[in-house]
Amino acid sequence: MLEVRDLSVSFGAVQALTSVSFDAEPGAVTAVLGANGAGKTTLLRTISGLVKPKEGSVRFDGGALLGRNVETIARLGVSHVPEGRGVIEELTVEENLRLATLWCLRRQQRQGAIAEILELFPRLQPFRKHNASTLSGGERQMLVLGRALISRPRLLLLDEPSLGLAPMVTAQLMALIRAQTEGTDLTVVLVEQNARSALSVSHHAVILNLGRVVVSDAAVTVATDAALRRHYLGF
Amino acid sequence: MSLFLDYSLNGIANGMIYATLALALVLVYRATKIINFAQGAAGMLTTFIAFSLLSRGVGYWWAFVLVLVIGFAIGAATERILIRPLHGRSELNPVIVTIGLLVVFEGLAGAIYGNASRGFPAAFSQSGLRVGSTTIAFSHFDVFILVAVLILMAGTLVLFRYTAIGLRMRASAFSREIARLLGVRVGILLSLGWGLAGIAGSLAGLLVAPTRSFGPYYMDLILVYGFTAAVIGGLESPVGALLGGLIAGLCISYVGGYLGSGLEPLGALALLMVALMARPEGIFARPAARRV
Amino acid sequence: MEPAALARSLRLPRQPMVRHLLCALAAGAVLYVLTARLNQYNDYQVGEIAAYVVALVGLSLLTGANGQISLGHGAFMAVGAYTMALLMNHTQTNFILELAAATGVAAAAGLVLGLPATRLKGPYLAGMTLLFALAVPSVADKWPNTFGGDQGLTTTVPTAPGSLSPEEWLAQIQIIGALVVMVLVANLLWSRYGRAFRAVRDDEIAASLAGVHVARIKVMAFAISAGCAGLGGALLSLSTGIVNTGEFPLTLSIQLLAAMVLGGTGTLIGMVWGGILLVYMPQWSTSLSSDFNLGTGANAYLATIIFGLVLIVAMIAAPNGIQGGLRWLWAHRPHPGRGGSDAAAPIPISTGK
Repeated sequence: MLEVRDLSVSFGAVQALTSVSFDAEPGAVTAVLGANGAGKTTLLRTISGLVKPKEGSVRFDGGALLGRNVETIARLGVSHVPEGRGVIEELTVEENLRLATLWCLRRQQRQGAIAEILELFPRLQPFRKHNASTLSGGERQMLVLGRALISRPRLLLLDEPSLGLAPMVTAQLMALIRAQTEGTDLTVVLVEQNARSALSVSHHAVILNLGRVVVSDAAVTVATDAALRRHYLGF
Repeated sequence: MSLFLDYSLNGIANGMIYATLALALVLVYRATKIINFAQGAAGMLTTFIAFSLLSRGVGYWWAFVLVLVIGFAIGAATERILIRPLHGRSELNPVIVTIGLLVVFEGLAGAIYGNASRGFPAAFSQSGLRVGSTTIAFSHFDVFILVAVLILMAGTLVLFRYTAIGLRMRASAFSREIARLLGVRVGILLSLGWGLAGIAGSLAGLLVAPTRSFGPYYMDLILVYGFTAAVIGGLESPVGALLGGLIAGLCISYVGGYLGSGLEPLGALALLMVALMARPEGIFARPAARRV
Repeated sequence: MEPAALARSLRLPRQPMVRHLLCALAAGAVLYVLTARLNQYNDYQVGEIAAYVVALVGLSLLTGANGQISLGHGAFMAVGAYTMALLMNHTQTNFILELAAATGVAAAAGLVLGLPATRLKGPYLAGMTLLFALAVPSVADKWPNTFGGDQGLTTTVPTAPGSLSPEEWLAQIQIIGALVVMVLVANLLWSRYGRAFRAVRDDEIAASLAGVHVARIKVMAFAISAGCAGLGGALLSLSTGIVNTGEFPLTLSIQLLAAMVLGGTGTLIGMVWGGILLVYMPQWSTSLSSDFNLGTGANAYLATIIFGLVLIVAMIAAPNGIQGGLRWLWAHRPHPGRGGSDAAAPIPISTGK
């Protein structure tokens, strides 16, 4: 379980996050929603260690994440798929996947794990030995999701996975995320601008506005509260 | 005609040395997007250390290997101590720091070893090989240069393509942040890259030393020739470094042969300018997309 | 301290060009008195500092205002020095014209090198200018008859008027040169060209979208900077009396870089600190090496090591140099109305661009 308490982050004079607190449960998807600039990306980057906060605490399964460096946090089972996907274009699809296995799997196990992921995302199979630069937007999203899952993470941080994707692809993606989460102890934090599709697969929703938490409630509740939706989420 | 052959063979031998230095520059550039202007001087310093060891009676090959290891250490230490703190700031800072390091190395060598030019022993005979009834301008030592550099190149290629460390190094070079998010300990790999470059630089220093009287500044021209070779070959691949080295070596040798050895630096400058103008923007491919 | 802030506090005219001129005249007067009072040797040193300042101002313009790095500045000094020496030895040209020729030929060389340089980013440009610095001396060595070979060519200072001592006269020539160059460059940096330089430094693409002809500006900066170096080289050669390739090795270019960085990249007055560093370094390193009981041969190398360390430490810890530090102190002094930042404020190296 992820516990974020009183997290405050500033970049020079700009206060990006102020006293953000929320929990994310295992086996569930927690959506983090809000307008552009609300601080959603900063929140994920702080959890994964790319950004150092001014104050606050981030604990996962009882252990503190703050103060550790990025690689160490990743090796604790935290997979962060950043904004813009982060496909390493100069490497092949297979190399992208293999890279993620280097710290956690022995050589014999790596091929098997790659095969499993390619079964999950059959669209990627024909591109296995091709440079990732040849992939389309949807395929890249599959690749980075596969790359995030291959190390069997315990905490999955997804930053706007639906960005730039067609609605049908988005729906498939969201369904897949939900399927990977239910019945497991994987904790998923899903940052999305596309609040509607995010709410459809999440169990819990947190809405950020100008760096503060304004709503933290069950996803169903948020989805059905029309006034709330219109005010913060625009639909 | 035989002059042409002589110049060509000479160009190939020298070209391999420029390729070695080019490889060092490529390794550093790929890892950290920096040109290490101190690379030649570091090779010079380690060669001086080899010279000290040899004068104390240490066996040639022991000194050779030891000095390569020291080159590795200097390279890794430079990255860790001087370059890492500058990450994220203006791109001119590391350039100036490596220039500063260049003169510090030269000053150290001069201060410790003094000004007198000295000769460095060669591992193999430097007289021309006999082919049939003629002696060609390619000696046993030149063959050694060829073999040593090819082994280095092959080793580098194998490392990058087929090993886990090589994959991590490539990933760290292409996308530092993403690699970190995937659990790659990028810091160590950056030092490793600079360390490998240090090995290449030390090798270059050792290969050049026997062919001239060596003093603190003897690697200056080799560095810029290696830089020229790296630019010609593109700063992205070891194979490019090899090709660039051969092209630079041949061109500079022809200029020196037909126009006089004093004009070699000018010839190299002209070659560098042509190479820089011919590349799409004179800079690497990706930012070209920003051109408005 | 910044001209703008000083002007405000002294209620000088607000026109920058006039302000620069007045400051220069004031400094000139002070220095005139100073040179009269100093002994010959000190006059000689003050003059050398002035000559270096001329060259350093050019480098500061190129790197600080325009963001281009050059490791060949010493070679441009050589071009200017050789030009003047050749004219002195073979013709009867007027002294001022000789200086002008030195400046012009060096500027032309800067134009030639600057053209391909427009397409190069930092490290590539550094590499090319590095090779240039190594190649120029080889030209002189190739044709020893013209260029005087190892011994080189001699230069002579024009006769001093009246009862002025030759050292004082030379120092005044060099000081006038430095002041003139500083005023001209200061005015240039305040003009729309200066704004164009800085725009190109900060973001070439944005600048070209705003209508700046990027390549032209970069070549212009290169040529002007080379011209300053040429003039500085010519003036310096009057002090040494000799022009040969040994006077302009690669280490000179690197020392100029260190002096500029220490003085404060992008500043003009800061170049005086740089000049002081260059002129007094041999003395300091000699006394340092005798303090540590190093051999006599170690002096020159100790100086080189110190210059290298200056570059390294400055980049890591103090990228704005001495003048930058002074400006920071002035801006943070306890005073109700803070001194504003000068439009020509440098700080290129430390901003994350």
